[in-house]
Amino acid sequence: MGRIVIDKESCKGCSICMEVCPKHLIHPSSETNAHGVNFAEFKDAKNECLGCAICAHSCPDAAITEVYKS
Amino acid sequence: METLVYKKPECLKKDGKFTFCPGCGHGVVLRMIAELIDEFGIQGDTIAISSVGCSIFLEKFYDLDVAGASHGRSPSVATGIKRSLPGKFVFTYQGDGDALTIGLNETIHTASRGEKITTICINNTNFGMTGGQASATTLVGQVTKTTPTGRNPEYVGYPIHAAEMVAKCDGAAFVARVSICSPASIKKAKEILKKAFEMQIKGIGYSFVEVLATCPTNWGMSPVDSMKHIKDDIEKVHPTGIFKDITQTEAR
Ligand SMILES: Cc1ncc(C[n+]2csc(CCOP(=O)(O)OP(=O)(O)O)c2C)c(N)n1
Ligand code: SF4
Ligand code: SF4
Ligand code: SF4
Ligand SMILES: [Mg+2]
Repeated sequence: MGRIVIDKESCKGCSICMEVCPKHLIHPSSETNAHGVNFAEFKDAKNECLGCAICAHSCPDAAITEVYKS
Repeated sequence: METLVYKKPECLKKDGKFTFCPGCGHGVVLRMIAELIDEFGIQGDTIAISSVGCSIFLEKFYDLDVAGASHGRSPSVATGIKRSLPGKFVFTYQGDGDALTIGLNETIHTASRGEKITTICINNTNFGMTGGQASATTLVGQVTKTTPTGRNPEYVGYPIHAAEMVAKCDGAAFVARVSICSPASIKKAKEILKKAFEMQIKGIGYSFVEVLATCPTNWGMSPVDSMKHIKDDIEKVHPTGIFKDITQTEAR
């Protein structure tokens, strides 16, 4: 199991994390940040996150600031 | 129990956001460099030399000492700083327009002199900052602002192959080309950047890493398609690999 923290104000909505997450747990939010971007949102109702950090290593804006594994 | 497996590097300023377009490859490489500086524990002993291009303002997001250089000249500025402060870790962060077009002379001479510095060259096959003109590494057929019908070798010649060229310099200790087109290639790129850093930290010699990186804005592609473009097209012309490693006799 795992969990990620996204700094929504650093996110530019490039969607790379959404593409690379092996479990497809990241989606654009229906809300926007201060830049008007539909920022990335992590939703994991079934506790599928691997804590693999592939999303954080692929993010061009260091917007995924923490990844936890348990 | 929950364990922290990844954290935004300390070397990146808490309030310093990257100034690049969405999906720009610069952010991935700059973050990896920050992670390595944290891992080696050299934040207080590092001097970064910025260059002219989209990455010009390194000090906006790096919590490091940064010196600026005029276009293409950061290897020369790095030379002076490293020779006067040999205990510091000194690296240049340059684009293909900077290191391989206007500043190719500095790149080749610095490698040939075997200065104990590290150059990270972000090859996005164009002058990103100025709106997407052709550079020395632009692919044959690539459409840019200055090659609107695609690079025609009959008229503007062929792309140069930087890592291969730098590897021919007798003074170079470690030369590689990496790409950031997938999670696996990003992982590999970090391992190679780590080796390049070690070349300087252990006092072995000059290291050069060319990174094939995305420029979605000037390529006119989505960030995800830009990553595919590196894999499908750019790597065919500028292949990844280690071209020189004086610590490994079997390296090609
Ligand atoms: C002496 C000089 N000539 C030209 C320019 C204009 N100029 C600014 S950035 C740039 C090219 C940058 O391209 P690159 O190094 O590939 O960086 P990128 O923006 O693609 O990351 C040029 C030609 C300049 N600033 N100074
Ligand atoms: S840590 Fe892995 S599984 Fe979890 S959100 Fe990120 S990429 Fe997906
Ligand atoms: S990769 Fe980073 S910037 Fe891009 S959408 Fe995901 S969190 Fe946002
Ligand atoms: S123009 Fe290209 S290289 Fe410059 S910030 Fe935008 S995507 Fe990055
Ligand atoms: Mg460039």
